[in-house]
Amino acid sequence: MTRPLLRAEGLSRRFSTGGGWFSPARSMLAVRGVSFDQARGEVLGVVGESGCGKSTLARLVLRLIEPTEGAVTFDGQDVTALGKGDLRRLRRRMAMVFQDPYSSLDPRFTVEDALSEPFAVQHERPPGGRIATLLDQVGLSRAMGRSYPHQLSGGQRQRVGIARALAQAPDFIVLDEPTASLDVSIQAQIIGLLADLKRDHGLTYLFISHDLGLVRYFCDRVLVMYLGAVVEVLPTADAAPRHPYTRALMDSNFVPDPAHRRTLQAIKGEIPSAFNLPKGCAFAARCPRATDLCRAVDPPLSELSPGHPVACHHPL
Amino acid sequence: MLLSVRDLSIRFGPVEPVSGLSFDLDRGQIIGLVGESGSGKSLTAMAVAGLLPLVGGRIAEGRILFDGTDLARLPEAGLRAYRGRRIGVVTQNPMTALDPAQRIGEQVEVVARLHRGLSRQEAHQATIELLTALRIPEAGAICDAYPHQLSGGMKQRIVIAMALAGEPDLLIADEPTTALDVTVQAQIIHLLGQLVRERGLGLMLITHDMGVVAQVCDQVAVLYAGRLAETRDAPGLFAHPRHPYTAALIDCIPREGMAPGSLTGIPGAVPSAASYSTGCRFHDRCPRMLDRCRTEVPPLVARPEGGSLACHNPMGPT
Repeated sequence: MTRPLLRAEGLSRRFSTGGGWFSPARSMLAVRGVSFDQARGEVLGVVGESGCGKSTLARLVLRLIEPTEGAVTFDGQDVTALGKGDLRRLRRRMAMVFQDPYSSLDPRFTVEDALSEPFAVQHERPPGGRIATLLDQVGLSRAMGRSYPHQLSGGQRQRVGIARALAQAPDFIVLDEPTASLDVSIQAQIIGLLADLKRDHGLTYLFISHDLGLVRYFCDRVLVMYLGAVVEVLPTADAAPRHPYTRALMDSNFVPDPAHRRTLQAIKGEIPSAFNLPKGCAFAARCPRATDLCRAVDPPLSELSPGHPVACHHPL
Repeated sequence: MLLSVRDLSIRFGPVEPVSGLSFDLDRGQIIGLVGESGSGKSLTAMAVAGLLPLVGGRIAEGRILFDGTDLARLPEAGLRAYRGRRIGVVTQNPMTALDPAQRIGEQVEVVARLHRGLSRQEAHQATIELLTALRIPEAGAICDAYPHQLSGGMKQRIVIAMALAGEPDLLIADEPTTALDVTVQAQIIHLLGQLVRERGLGLMLITHDMGVVAQVCDQVAVLYAGRLAETRDAPGLFAHPRHPYTAALIDCIPREGMAPGSLTGIPGAVPSAASYSTGCRFHDRCPRMLDRCRTEVPPLVARPEGGSLACHNPMGPT
């Protein structure tokens, strides 16, 4: 394998709360020892439910928050060791699209203002015609540049979010649930747009989502996270899952075909709090295959077949 | 027939966001009202529940026959005998449907006391039984808890319990799982399906997700921009979608083995109610548009293979 574009090594992030008069200080590991390589041009999916640490991971990769442990290397540069100026310059090459296009755009800024901001951050002005090109690339009319966010639909706002990420012609974009707040019809439009942009600009995506069906459609490889840790890496989008949690996520995904109704209850219960992680495997309490071993020893990620690591004592 | 909606039109001042809707729902059945945001699904649900005045709308035309009574003609005082008692409503966001300052038990019990005239003691007992039936572990302890102490899925079960506490015949669930995690969404959808079969309820399920519709619904009504595009039994609808909008909605869900690039979505967006186009309201997004689609409204006609359809150029069997 040639040098990966992005490498995460043992990334962890601890958050603490409380410590006031009334509540004792508590801390939790939102991300626990996550490592992965991402090749240039690859679409890597990160999938998991709320609280699994996928959004924290996205922010760690871009160093929007500092890791408690671990390092991120981007194209050979240690992102976690960069000074402020170097980091700002590197951010031209690493962009992010946020989940909620309603809160990620300033209501007082026109679309043009929003698209000029990435240049202002770099103490530059957008080159002539750049804003118009960006609007074209995301399928918005040039006249829309003078609109305010409240005049746009959800899908249009997310297109502005994507154009803003594209502003400095990055090679790597983190997509944090870019379609979660949109209708399915608009979601499909946005996924189509992202696929076109990737092809035209040779982009590399880290695609964060809770929807395994969507991730398997769009991504080349998939990290499955549960309570802060990677439990499985699917080497290809259509690889059969080996971890019971991945299986449960797949079973929870409804296929639009009444002939394939799911009759089995996939898994019981909900994700426990990350503040008091169980001793063994974090998934053991909900897992149909759990044994005493699972409740005592946290299984490490190990390759069951080449490129297919799974953290499970009793893989499928 | 438990519920029979006939030619329902909803107005907000001069604007008519929903026009001429008709559909039926029997006991023990689930009908899915499906469409994108702005298609009028939630307004239809509010009309059936008699909640339109809350948002400033009114029923302009049509009938809502519930067990033989036309709810559209009933004054507010008359509606109270139905809403909460015989018609339960489950809203989208369980975080806002519960009072954060009241214990869970009290919030469910008040419904049983108000609508079924139970005493405090009886209502408490009924609540425990109901929560247990909804597979809520340690129902007694949950009754003493406050909403913030529960997970999202558990809160949504409590909201369902509140809707069921009056022992209704009809349950209206408006996107009941949109705010939940995927594994929990699957649990709640299964739970609703079981309730319908076990208790013989009629369920009106409002969703934009054809995957959810395929999973539990018996009948489907596809709405576009306030009009019915197509109604049909779920197996028939998915096997042979006749309206191009139905087919497009189904194709928005990624499926196993789908070729890259085949997920394209539906171009454009649902128009706002103040700017509905002439003719078929879907024509400017439709891949099968004919000239007449721009000018002539396609009538909703019953079809020999089942259900009804409003399209000038429907898709043939494939």
